[in-house]
Amino acid sequence: MFSLDRWQEVLSTLARAPLRSILTAFAVAWGIFMLVFLLGMGHGLRKGAETQFADDAANSVWVFGGTTSQPYQGLPVGRRLTFSNADYANLRHLDGVERLTGRYFPGSGGRPFGGSLKVRVGAKTQDFDLRAVHPDHLYLEKTLVKAGRYINQADLDEKRKAAVIGIPVAQFFWGSTDVIGRSLEIGGVSFDVVGVFDDEGGDDGELQMIYVPVTTAQLAWNGADRLNALLFTVGDKGVAETNQLLDEVKATLAERMRFNPADPQAIRVRNNLEQYATFQQIFWLIELFVTAMGAATIVAGVIGVANIMLITVKERTKEIGIRKALGAPPLSIVGAIMQESIFLTAVAGYLGLIAGVGALTLISKVVPDNDFFGEPQIDLRLALYANVVLVVAGAVAGFFPAYQAARVSPIEAMKDR
Amino acid sequence: MLRLSKINKYYAVGAHRLHVLRDVDLEVGDGEMVAIMGASGSGKSTLLNILGILDGYDAGEYWLGDTLIRGLSETQGARYRNKLIGFVFQSFNLLPFKTAVENVALPLYYQGVSRRQRNRVALQYLDKVGLADWADHRPAEMSGGQKQRVAIARSLITKPRIVLADEPTGALDSKTSDEVMQLFADINATGMTVILVTHEADVAAKAGRTIRLKDGRVEDDPIAQAG
Repeated sequence: MFSLDRWQEVLSTLARAPLRSILTAFAVAWGIFMLVFLLGMGHGLRKGAETQFADDAANSVWVFGGTTSQPYQGLPVGRRLTFSNADYANLRHLDGVERLTGRYFPGSGGRPFGGSLKVRVGAKTQDFDLRAVHPDHLYLEKTLVKAGRYINQADLDEKRKAAVIGIPVAQFFWGSTDVIGRSLEIGGVSFDVVGVFDDEGGDDGELQMIYVPVTTAQLAWNGADRLNALLFTVGDKGVAETNQLLDEVKATLAERMRFNPADPQAIRVRNNLEQYATFQQIFWLIELFVTAMGAATIVAGVIGVANIMLITVKERTKEIGIRKALGAPPLSIVGAIMQESIFLTAVAGYLGLIAGVGALTLISKVVPDNDFFGEPQIDLRLALYANVVLVVAGAVAGFFPAYQAARVSPIEAMKDR
Repeated sequence: MLRLSKINKYYAVGAHRLHVLRDVDLEVGDGEMVAIMGASGSGKSTLLNILGILDGYDAGEYWLGDTLIRGLSETQGARYRNKLIGFVFQSFNLLPFKTAVENVALPLYYQGVSRRQRNRVALQYLDKVGLADWADHRPAEMSGGQKQRVAIARSLITKPRIVLADEPTGALDSKTSDEVMQLFADINATGMTVILVTHEADVAAKAGRTIRLKDGRVEDDPIAQAG
């Protein structure tokens, strides 16, 4: 119900005690500012941590061969376990394994982690990390193909000498990323560039990288059928389901390589999903804490408004009495007080909201890009919630004073004091 | 047009019950000017509050025109006060932060009349009490007599059935009192019913009829005696 008259009454009442109105408004503005600011900072921390995870698929599990620590079927302790193409094929048939790739590191000398080879184009030579992979590796590493294509099944089937290189590699040799079809010599073998990639959340280390088909690499660098690691995603499974699947994976591997599936040293596992879930939980708690703090600040502001409004009503008792005698219905008195309270909280709250968003924007401009803190901001949904909270808060703050005002007896109020 | 019959009113004072009005009968015709007199504690203020629908009563009947004023909700009471009754108080009871014209216009605000319209009407009523030039002044800038004339203009703006005045000259000097009483007489001459409460005999003398209250009873009413 919009009434210009009512608004004029409300505004003139607030303007009669400007300092008090401003101080009251400040309490509310401060509460909203703190809520917005804390939530924004919490969001920034979360974003920062999420970029740490964005490099690799969050629902992925990586397994590496280890060394047996328990005797099994008459076999001794201390055997080094190495995956083979057969393990890749076996896991392919497991239900629940969504994307699957092996990794073979030709330059690693048998170690399960990376390794570089000398790469040459014309007179330029430089060591680069090399990964021999299956096509699904694209999804595991969240590789972004910028030009050309990624390794595909045909590359594997025909053992093509195809290479997908990172942007810095292309820049180093040719000073350009428009390099599809160029040749480069990797560890003495000539390859053709079929794609150039970027990497989501990847740092420079992930980009100073060359991908080649796993079959080609095994043939070229005497890898036989060895794989150093197996990586797979689990779709939208939860933590418990993923651990169940992991047990099946271990059992499948154990059957071929003949080790005790319960041997904790035989297979080493990096479960990104579990880590991600833990991380989610931590940030959920941080956000809960921050929200509780902000809410408490708002409550303090609301109590402040209610308090001031009560005093205002007390001071205006005579005025309210006169108005009632002249025919003001109780609803009109209650409405005016409520409107005053809601108006005060809403305007103050908006100012707090703007100040909070402004502070966050300033911080995101001033703080340099880093891995631990990024994009401090609140989403639109939260801003809308804040608006609802403000109006409700104003109504709550106004209710008791309004009730008090409605009970004013004109006879008592107008008595000379 | 205004009729009280066997009105009784009690106040609870601690554990006791104070019998403030005892079987008060009163009839006031259209266009009459009546003064209610009585000592402090005689119940005259209570009677005025009941007449003004500011207070209820415990037994009896109060008819204002064709309307029985009894057991009203606060909202109904407010509506009747606004439409049927004009108030003039001893201490003026103007809103200090509003100008004279805004004060006079206030009752029309509660009738939903637009600001422009009610200020226009208010100016006419200020003119009637001779204060058109003071329309934009606040009460603090006015003398007591001027304030009371603003209050009288305010009491008339809704064209009520009756004007109730509670010690309207109580805060004024004798010369100003005479002027204000003359204003009431002029209003009464236009046909408006006026009831005033006073303890000053010369003020009461300006009214056509004087009712004396004592200990909550009507002690002396020329019409009741005649009837």
